[in-house]
Amino acid sequence: MSPVIEIHDLSKSFGTVRALDHLDLTVERGEVHGFLGPNGAGKTTTLRVLLGLLRADGGTARVLDADPWRDVATLHRRLAYVPGDVALWPNLTGGEVIDLLGRLHGGTDLTRRADLLERFDLDPTKKGRAYSKGNRQKVALVAALASDAELLLLDEPTSGLDPLMEEVFRQVVAERLAQGVTVLLSSHILSEAEALSHRVSIIRHGRVVESGTLDELRHLTRTAVTVDVRAVPTGLTGLPGVHDVRVEPHGTGSRVTCEVDSDALTTLVDALAGAGVHGLTSAPPTLEELFLRHYSDDLAGVR
Amino acid sequence: MATTTLTRRVAAAPPLAPLAGTARLVRLALRRDRVLVPIWLAVFVVSAAGSAGATVGLYPTEASRVAVATTINGNPSFAALYGPILDPTSMGQVSLFKLSALGAALVGLLAVFLVARHTRAEEETGRTELLGAGVVGRWAPLSAALLVVVGTLVALALITAAGLAAAGLDVVGSLSFGLSWLVTGLAFTGIAAVAAQVASTSRGTKGLAAGVLGLAYLVRAVADGSPNGDLVGLRWLSPVGWSQELHAFANPRWTVVGLAVVFAATTVALAYALVARRDLGAGLLPDRPGAATAPRSLAGPVGLVVRLNRGSLLGWALGAALLSMVMGGLVANISGFVDENSRPFFEALGGTQGIEDAFMAAEWSFIGVFFAAFAIATLLRLRGEESAGRAEGLLATPLTRRRWASAHLLAALGGAVVLLTVAGVFGAFSTVRATGDPGWWGTVLGAAVVQLPAIAVVVGLTLVAVAFLPRLAVGVSWGSFTLFLLLGEIGPLLRLPTWLLEVSPFAHTPRVPGETVSVAQLGGLTVVALVLLVVGLAGYRRRDLAT
Ligand SMILES: Nc1ncnc2c1ncn2[C@@H]1O[C@H](COP(=O)(O)OP(=O)(O)OP(=O)(O)O)[C@@H](O)[C@H]1O
Ligand SMILES: [Mg+2]
Repeated sequence: MSPVIEIHDLSKSFGTVRALDHLDLTVERGEVHGFLGPNGAGKTTTLRVLLGLLRADGGTARVLDADPWRDVATLHRRLAYVPGDVALWPNLTGGEVIDLLGRLHGGTDLTRRADLLERFDLDPTKKGRAYSKGNRQKVALVAALASDAELLLLDEPTSGLDPLMEEVFRQVVAERLAQGVTVLLSSHILSEAEALSHRVSIIRHGRVVESGTLDELRHLTRTAVTVDVRAVPTGLTGLPGVHDVRVEPHGTGSRVTCEVDSDALTTLVDALAGAGVHGLTSAPPTLEELFLRHYSDDLAGVR
Repeated sequence: MATTTLTRRVAAAPPLAPLAGTARLVRLALRRDRVLVPIWLAVFVVSAAGSAGATVGLYPTEASRVAVATTINGNPSFAALYGPILDPTSMGQVSLFKLSALGAALVGLLAVFLVARHTRAEEETGRTELLGAGVVGRWAPLSAALLVVVGTLVALALITAAGLAAAGLDVVGSLSFGLSWLVTGLAFTGIAAVAAQVASTSRGTKGLAAGVLGLAYLVRAVADGSPNGDLVGLRWLSPVGWSQELHAFANPRWTVVGLAVVFAATTVALAYALVARRDLGAGLLPDRPGAATAPRSLAGPVGLVVRLNRGSLLGWALGAALLSMVMGGLVANISGFVDENSRPFFEALGGTQGIEDAFMAAEWSFIGVFFAAFAIATLLRLRGEESAGRAEGLLATPLTRRRWASAHLLAALGGAVVLLTVAGVFGAFSTVRATGDPGWWGTVLGAAVVQLPAIAVVVGLTLVAVAFLPRLAVGVSWGSFTLFLLLGEIGPLLRLPTWLLEVSPFAHTPRVPGETVSVAQLGGLTVVALVLLVVGLAGYRRRDLAT
């Protein structure tokens, strides 16, 4: 079966700003794909191209085997979208907006609608201007999650939700997932992606810089190791895959701290043989670090 | 670093004066207005000074002015639509009669737009909230808006006066004319300030205040259109009438400025009192809960567009009914209007029938332009929904852009048809009742129908602007509309070449009754409209959605 979303070499510029720069992305059926990246990386732009709201300058994008620019009416019957910044009509109620969007999709599942309203604790009788940011977001979430869409495109869906509602959101997405839905979830919060996603792509400056399952990505991360030794072995600094080696006196011996690539752990352990190890701690690799590394590179790039 | 600013902020926070931050907001508003307002001021000043300069050349002698003024004053349609010339010998009165009441009303409209732009619209987009969190007092946004608008109006009055003097009119008279515009502008600044507190959207603010403006214009039209000036006292009820009562260029009554200042001060005080009584972002009336589910009618683009526009259409329809009823009633009085001196002139024009026809034709060409404004405002919602970010969610559903744009076109053109029908039926009814001649039914309805093609062209232009210049669409649409209006009103006076006058679609609308209807001309307008609509739809489908 072909992937639900398949993007090759996609480019999009706004004047001189390159929002997407030869982006590649594949989302398989039935997965939650986390789409992570810092502000201005191009997440929203990608989603808008996938919705036919923006026209790409180059490259190809296929969604559910359709052309997102041409096949709007048929394609959009099969997907639902939650924009990053939900705007409502000041004098339409939330319930009216949910129904309107549902009817444009071709019908609302009333049971599911009622269930979602209750779980998200959303009052559907309020006028659009009276909702807070989080509640506006809930209106769009209920509309999207109540639809029969096969594919959900969610742009930072939890950015305005409180932790309780975030939990509800996770549960609902898990249920929809069990029903076979595919989700592309953009976010800058790693923990959200970690909690929900099967696979993650990290986007930076309009390019995907890492993509894979969480385990694969974890593999790319480094383990922080602290070893207390009696005598410091020679040649530690030159070891392949071992970084940032620092040595300081500790008690009668020394303390060595370093960062080790996941596949270089054996090299380090071998090198430490005979050094008189009397204490060793290793911090588990977290995506957070990988992530921050990309973000801070990003900052460095800006400066 | 963060900690130090935080502590400082906390220490300074508690006694925030209600006016704190006003100066900063004024600077911000001036920055936002730096392109738009100078353009508007230039349009006003150039129109006034251009009219004056042209008239100085055309009617240099007092005798020539008296002759033309007598003709104009003898024509009831001119009196009702523009107001009479109070002093036929005065160069200023003769040259600016079309821009006195009408010009004052347009200045009032400018004030309404500016007040709404700097109060409600700011609140709606959340900018005020952002500022409110900083060091901005409760009254600062309204105060800043008022300072900016009043400053703009005073500048407009003074520059206009200077322009008129430069064009060859006397200095004191020129100043009095500038002030006559200021009078109406100030009054509607106050009215709009109150409207901005009562309504909860900027659209609602503009609608409410512009509705009052329309009513004020109608009141003075009734006053000036009454036979033998029976009801001329009604002018005092209308802030547009005040500008006439200032008697610019004809022994000015400066005290009228005082009246306007008192009125503006009172309404502004009311607005401040209301600010204190409502929450940021909310209207005066608390938001009542609405329906938990959508009515059956809210099922697609047309249902949504109807829902979004029905309030404004209803307001316009009421105005249209009222306007055409009043105008229809005036027709019957026209013979009484024509005094003995000008009677021979009008007999030459075709007698009573000729005068009545001319009145009706002038009224309807006005109505046509007026309803075109409705159609533009309605179609611009297509752009408004996009820039507000609401189109994004809708167009992510199976709704195609073509259907979405078509729904807005339907509202604009269908709404115009509704308004023309309402005005036609009510106008015909009251004319027939007043004259006892059922022949008016066909005449009036015919005059209504021929307005549609030009309106369709203006709608087509607006769609093209939305499709190809989304970020400039509002300015381009209203700018070209103003240009057409001015070409028709003062283009002939400025002796502009015919080809330029005919750029305006309204120049091609036959003036009925009276003129023969050229099917070719109406057909031509219709074809142009269709081409613009097709091009616009295609363009809107092909471009990026832009916020
Ligand atoms: N309509 C537009 N006009 C001009 N530039 C744009 C437009 N839309 C996006 N950009 C630019 O394109 C780049 C990518 O923006 P995009 O909104 O896709 O980022 P994002 O990853 O969604 O960021 P965030 O996390 O802040 O939502 C940014 O530099 C942005 O300024
Ligand atoms: Mg974004």
